[in-house]
Amino acid sequence: MLAKSDIKEPYPVIHIIECKGCGRCVLDCPKSVLELSNDLNERGYHYIVYSGAGCTGCGNCYYTCPEPSALEVHLPIREK
Amino acid sequence: MAEKVLKRPDSMYAEFTRKGGAAPTATHYCPGCGHGIIHKLIAEAMDELEIQDRSVMISPVGCAVFAYYYFDCGNLQVAHGRAPAVGTGMSRARDDSIVMAYQGDGDLASIGLNETIQAANRGEKIAVFFVNNTVYGMTGGQMAPTTMIGEKTVTCPEGRCAEEAGYPLHMAELLNELKAPVFIERVSVSDISHIRKAKKAVKKALQVQKEGKGYAFVEFLAACPTNLRQSSEQSIRFINEEVEKEFPLKNFRNLSEQVHPIVRGKSDYSKEALDNIFDLEHDSSMDSMDIPDFDQIGVKIAGFGGQGVLSMGLILARAACDEQLHVSWYPSYGPEQRGGTSNCSVIISGSSIGSPVVYQPDILVAFNRPSLEKFAKDVKKDGVIIYDSTVGDCDTIVPEGITSISVPATRIAMEAGSKKGANTAMLGVMLAIGRTRLSDDAFNRAIEETFAHKPKLISLNQKILNDATEWTKSNVE
Repeated sequence: MLAKSDIKEPYPVIHIIECKGCGRCVLDCPKSVLELSNDLNERGYHYIVYSGAGCTGCGNCYYTCPEPSALEVHLPIREK
Repeated sequence: MAEKVLKRPDSMYAEFTRKGGAAPTATHYCPGCGHGIIHKLIAEAMDELEIQDRSVMISPVGCAVFAYYYFDCGNLQVAHGRAPAVGTGMSRARDDSIVMAYQGDGDLASIGLNETIQAANRGEKIAVFFVNNTVYGMTGGQMAPTTMIGEKTVTCPEGRCAEEAGYPLHMAELLNELKAPVFIERVSVSDISHIRKAKKAVKKALQVQKEGKGYAFVEFLAACPTNLRQSSEQSIRFINEEVEKEFPLKNFRNLSEQVHPIVRGKSDYSKEALDNIFDLEHDSSMDSMDIPDFDQIGVKIAGFGGQGVLSMGLILARAACDEQLHVSWYPSYGPEQRGGTSNCSVIISGSSIGSPVVYQPDILVAFNRPSLEKFAKDVKKDGVIIYDSTVGDCDTIVPEGITSISVPATRIAMEAGSKKGANTAMLGVMLAIGRTRLSDDAFNRAIEETFAHKPKLISLNQKILNDATEWTKSNVE
C-alpha cells in the first residue's frame, strides 16, 4: 500500500516566455496557488509562478489562459 | 508514474513559424484576449472529433486575421466579411471538408452581415464562430454593431446613443429567425465556468459539421481588455454583469438530432464536363499527362515592365503545354502599364502543380541589373542564370558555383530584324541549354500560337529563336 507521500500530486508547468501576465489564471485558480512574479520575463511581462504545492489538477488555469502553450497541467494517473 | 497532460491541442502548431518574431511560440494577441481561449477550444474539439485532416479554418479581417498562424489544418484568409462566401465555395467544392468561419463583430455583423444571413439561410455546411467583444479591436477600439447602449468607445466617447447609432445587433437572435440553421448558441468565455460551457457548444457545432448536417453558429462573448481599458478582472465582471444582460446566453436551436446529412450531387471537374459547360472545342488543347520521371522545373523571368517579361513566360508555358506537361504561369507586376518592375514564375512539371510561385528557380532570366540582384541569391545550386549582357559585370552578384550566361539578347534580336525580340532571344538560349527538356518544335509552335493574330511576327520571332540557339551553341560550353 502506498503512503500518502508516495502519491504524486498534479502540478502546472509554466512556460515563462509565452506568459503575458494577464492574471486570468490567478483569478480562476480555486486553490490560489498561482501568483504573478515580481520579476519580468524577457518580453517585459510579469509572469505566473506556482507556489509549489496545492494544485488539484482542475485545469482551470489551462483553459482560461489565452495562450496555447504558456500553461500545462500534469495529472498523475493513479494506478489501482 | 503515468500522467495525463492538459496542454495545447495537436490541432494547433507548436511553433508559429508564420508569425516568427521574438517569441514564435506565443500568439500576437494582447494579454487577456478572448481569441486565444476560443482558439484552444476549437482546436481541442478538432482533436477530440478527429477532424483535423478535413478541417479548413477561414481567418477573417480583424485581430484574428492571422488565425492561420495557429491552426494546424487547411487555412484560408479572406477579405473583410467574406468568410461565408468563401466558406460556401470551400464546403461545396470539397464535400468532406469541415469549414469553419472565424469572425469578429465588425467582420460578421457589419460589412459581412448580408453574406452571413445569406449563407445561414442557405444552410451551408459551415461552423461559424462569431467573436463578440462589443468593439472593433484591430483598428483601435471603434464602435461596433454590437457595442451596447451607453458603452464608450473611441468613436462614441460619450457612450453609444441609440438616436445616433441605433441599437446593438443581436446576431444569434437574428439568425434564429431563419429556417435553415441547425445549431445556434450564444456562450461566453469570460471566466472558467463559462469557458467550460462554451467548450461543449464548440464541440456540438463541429459535430454538426462532421455529420454534414448544415449550418452551425456559435456566438462568444469575449474580452477585449486593451480597447475597453480593463484589467482581466474588470473584463470578466463587464461580460458577466453587463454584456450578458444585453446578449443573454442561450442555446437557441439544436436540430442536430432531427435533420439528415445534406447530400449534394457530385461535382464533375473533368475536362470534358468543363469543355461542355463553356462550349469549348475538345481537340484544340490536349490534357496534360503525368510523366513520373519529369521533375518540376521552376523558371523565374524578371525585368522592367515592357521588356516582354510576362509574354516570354507565356510563350514558354505554351511550349510546355504543347508537350502535354503540367504548366503554371504566375505574373507579378506593379500598377504601371510600362516601366516598374515585373516578373513571372513558370513551372513545368510531370505531375500536378501546387503553388504557382517559384521561390527557388532552376532557371533565372534577368533582363536588368535590379532583377539579377533581387533573385540571383534564390537560384538553386545547380541552377542557371541567363542575363542580358547590358547588365554589365556581374561577378559580384552571381553566387559562386552557379552557371551564368551573359546574352547579347538585344543585339541578336536587332540583327534578326527587331530589338523588341530580346525576350525571344532569351527564350532561344533557354531552349539551347536544354534545361527545360522542351523541343525546338514546341518552342516554334508556341511562337506560332502566340503571334497567330500578327502573322508577320511569327517568322521574325522564329528567326530570333533560331539565331539565339545558334549563338548559344557557339558561345556557351
